[in-house]
Amino acid sequence: MNMVRSHVLISIDAGTIMAGARAVEEALVKEIASQGLAEEIAVLETGSIGITGRGVVVVVYPEGIYYAGVTPNDVPELVEEHLLKGRPLKRLMLAEAPKRYVIKREKTGLLKEQPRVVLRNSGIINPESIDEYIAAQGYEAIAKALTSMTPEEVISEVKSSGLSGRGGASFPTGLKWEFARKAPDPEKYIICNADEGEPGTFKDRLILEGDPHKLIEGMLIAGYAVGAQKGFVYIRGEYTLSTERMEKAITEAKAYGLLGAHILDSDFSFDIFIMKGAGAYVCGEETALIESLEGRRGHPRNKPPYPVTEGLWGKPTIVNNVETLANIPEIIKNGATWFKAYGTEKCPGTKVYTILGHVATPGLIETEMGTTLRDIIYEYGGGIKEGKKFKGALVGGAAGAFLGPDMLDVQMDFVNLKEYAAVLGSGAILVMNEDASIVEMLKSVLHFFKHESCGHCVPCRLGTAQLVEIVDRLAAHEGKKEDLDKLLKISKVMRDTSFCPLGQSLYLPISSALKYFKDEILSHVKQAAS
Amino acid sequence: MINLTINGHNIQVEEGATILEAALKADIHIPTLCYLPEVQAIGACRVCLVEIEGNRNLQAACVFPASEGLVVHTNSERVRAARKFSVEMLLSNHPMECLTCARNLNCELQKIAEELGIREVRFTGEKSEGHIDDFSPSIRRDQSKCILCRRCVTVCQEIQSVSAIFAQGRGFETRIEPAFDASLNDIACTFCGQCSLVCPVGAITEKEDIDEVWAALADPTKIVIVQDAPAVRAALGEEFGYPPGTLVTGKMLAAVRRLGFDRVFDTNFAADLTIMEEGNELLKRVGEGGVLPLITSCSPGWIKFIEHFYPELLPHLSTCKSPHQMLGALVKTYYAEKAGINPKDMVVVSVMPCTAKKFECNRPEMNDSGYKDVDYVLTTRELAKMIRQAGIDFRNLEDETYDDPLGEYTGAATIFGATGGVMEAALRTAYEVATGKTLENVEFTAVRGLEGIKEAIVPVEGIGEVKVAVAHGLGNARKLMEKIKDGTANYHFIEIMACPGGCVSGGGQPIPVNNEIRRLRAKALYQEDRSLKYRKSHENPSIKRIYEEFLGTPLGEQSHHLLHTKYTARSRF
Repeated sequence: MNMVRSHVLISIDAGTIMAGARAVEEALVKEIASQGLAEEIAVLETGSIGITGRGVVVVVYPEGIYYAGVTPNDVPELVEEHLLKGRPLKRLMLAEAPKRYVIKREKTGLLKEQPRVVLRNSGIINPESIDEYIAAQGYEAIAKALTSMTPEEVISEVKSSGLSGRGGASFPTGLKWEFARKAPDPEKYIICNADEGEPGTFKDRLILEGDPHKLIEGMLIAGYAVGAQKGFVYIRGEYTLSTERMEKAITEAKAYGLLGAHILDSDFSFDIFIMKGAGAYVCGEETALIESLEGRRGHPRNKPPYPVTEGLWGKPTIVNNVETLANIPEIIKNGATWFKAYGTEKCPGTKVYTILGHVATPGLIETEMGTTLRDIIYEYGGGIKEGKKFKGALVGGAAGAFLGPDMLDVQMDFVNLKEYAAVLGSGAILVMNEDASIVEMLKSVLHFFKHESCGHCVPCRLGTAQLVEIVDRLAAHEGKKEDLDKLLKISKVMRDTSFCPLGQSLYLPISSALKYFKDEILSHVKQAAS
Repeated sequence: MINLTINGHNIQVEEGATILEAALKADIHIPTLCYLPEVQAIGACRVCLVEIEGNRNLQAACVFPASEGLVVHTNSERVRAARKFSVEMLLSNHPMECLTCARNLNCELQKIAEELGIREVRFTGEKSEGHIDDFSPSIRRDQSKCILCRRCVTVCQEIQSVSAIFAQGRGFETRIEPAFDASLNDIACTFCGQCSLVCPVGAITEKEDIDEVWAALADPTKIVIVQDAPAVRAALGEEFGYPPGTLVTGKMLAAVRRLGFDRVFDTNFAADLTIMEEGNELLKRVGEGGVLPLITSCSPGWIKFIEHFYPELLPHLSTCKSPHQMLGALVKTYYAEKAGINPKDMVVVSVMPCTAKKFECNRPEMNDSGYKDVDYVLTTRELAKMIRQAGIDFRNLEDETYDDPLGEYTGAATIFGATGGVMEAALRTAYEVATGKTLENVEFTAVRGLEGIKEAIVPVEGIGEVKVAVAHGLGNARKLMEKIKDGTANYHFIEIMACPGGCVSGGGQPIPVNNEIRRLRAKALYQEDRSLKYRKSHENPSIKRIYEEFLGTPLGEQSHHLLHTKYTARSRF
């Protein structure tokens, strides 16, 4: 192995690939070679470094200097200046490096840096190399579980960690596993829900792209714990790179005996299959996902029975979100007590968010549960862009809630937000500055729901159309005064009557928009001619 | 047993019962719309919502399982408001053409709007695009009226195993269509019409031929002849307030004469003829080692099904036309000659429990008389409409009888209307023809009833054990076809009817239909069978006469020309 003096990490994720990362990578390798530096400098691929919407991102270590918006034309200058002469190229440098750790605000108000949990390896290791994952303590957790823990002990560890579902519903993960374990049918399934469809959310994609083996390990542990032999990763159809990396990871894990029959010479056998979704938002709902996985139209199923007793092909099934499963190896490896050092008492652990909109550094972040919106925006997101004022944020995707300025200091976790009629939801934080229009935001949310309603039940199929009708009127400044009340009333009955969470969740963005921005919405009511 | 409370009443139900079933047990009415017993419970319309203590949201009673200690409210303010909301939402996207709709006064949406006291639709705006597909001769679909209850999809997929239509598009754009929005006429649809039977509104109906028939009746140059299938008389009464299973043959005949039909013949006559031909076909195939099992061919929905899905099995089909087509061919030849009428001036109208027969009478093979053998097919529902249009007081009509000579029939013919009936009728005749002995017990009860696939073994002297099977509903038919294909069907004879329950619940019958109604209509036919002097087709004096005077022998040349047909292999797509 060569000892190199510099590592150049290039983020290869779906976003940077579109911005031309492959061409930049090729140019880097070529330029480094032609400068005679090939022996001293290594170019490494990694998953998302955490910065989005800024073109191709490159980090040079050991200095830890971040470059964004790099094009192949910049490469000769970058190599010559930074790598040859040791002078960072200022014009491409990011003013502030993204936070690649979890910050904890101490009682004194001081900030303490802690290592990440879910994104521990993301943007650091090469996701296409099982060796790098193993070098980063990968597959230690499954080895520990298989050699020194009973399935019941695994479940008990997950239960006492307090981990809850990170897909939005926050159901206690250990409990879900226990239900499935206790279901009498011996044939059981693990499904990883990677059908990430909430607008503005792409954390699961970046986890998959950045650390696919972690997911395999999480599913293996889940399979061992509940007694399943097969797992499925249901990946959103548009996530091509996620699928490719997952496929590669599965192939490698099989070659290493970490998937398949008698894993690590134990009695435990487990296989993972990939299924690509076809782009319906509703398939993120676990029972619709199962229907789709079985080859049918993505319609939610009636509950009860729940998937833990009657899921895929009628068998007990665990459906866990990507982020939930990515927490598992860390919990098993380090123990529940370690995990509970993160987050709040009622809601331990961390949360991965995608933060975007009018912030200085949009991207992928991991915070501890209970971090305030203010810290998320100002510490992680670099504050509001161009020095503008914070107006509000849509937290949790389209099915989430608008939060106004007086929510900036509320601790963000699943339990606490409930008290403020808000949710963490999918983990998307869309930040708006003072120039943003709430009505336009609401319009886009409601159009999204109308488009994505599966059409199965009456209130959602037709209610979303009615809501769109009203919000379009408001957006055109043609609204009527009673429209505000109508929005609220329709969405409220929809919450009460819709078949699945899709139709039930519109009340949240509507009621929260009306709560914090009523005057602005009222200003869209058509003024009577005087 | 499970104990739960609904509206303060303690109710005990079996494990697995839904809240709706529990409520029914306590005589508590919960309105439903997409729910249809024996067909589907999917909780989509959100009309049967109830409040369950401890549950955050309202729940659909048709799918929510009853469990120990549940406390349910079916009539709270919240529930009433929610139900009203769902129905108002449906109405916000409905054309509201009730007065001109084929289902006016027999529409479940109309009924429920009335029941819930909806006096105003507060929601307006964009309505779903809906187009009309009336290209097929059998079925008319008006998408604008569809409320997406999915009953038609469930019947077509799960009961009939045809899957001609399914939900496409999402949300507000959702519509029930054949693949690629094709017309039913261009796809593998059997025209069984079961979808029209379960449609709660006017979105799927038969393609009406009422105006054409009125025009023929009004034309002084035409002799208009009507015939009716046995299942019609067992169900038509329901359209005029009689309980299911009331046989209204005599009043029906009086009514059709008042509509202006010139001759009234009975498809039953041709059913007896079918038995003569098909029975002999069976004996011939058994004797000569022909293709077995022989499969009946009376049900045109079934014929289209096998043509689309099992064309390789077409040699198994009997070559007999369905009875009304036989009768049409005879009316325009045998009877035309006998009565001295030019067949070109004849119009033959068949009243059938069936929508597929509308397609059948337009098949190019069905012109053996030199003219279109049957000009129009009306469903039972259409006949009822014509009777109402003519202002006939059906209930007070005096009974009348069929015209000679094509009106005489046996009990064997009348049971054609129920699943197993053709088989039973064939066995009665085949036994006596094969053995030359009298069959003492004519009732083959093993092939009766609503079990999906029925089997029987009948010992026949000289032949040995005759193995038979009966399937009704195309899903069951498919199972038998698979057995034939994999070589495990060692039957001699199979009867298949496309519609569950047979013709008594055909796609053209009065709505609603359920298993209880199927049983009652079939019972009426079996009662008529028992009341008749002749119960075996070959004993029918008119049948004997037509062979003497006109046809010669069963399977003879004249029969072959007029009474038998051929089939067309069709694509699955």
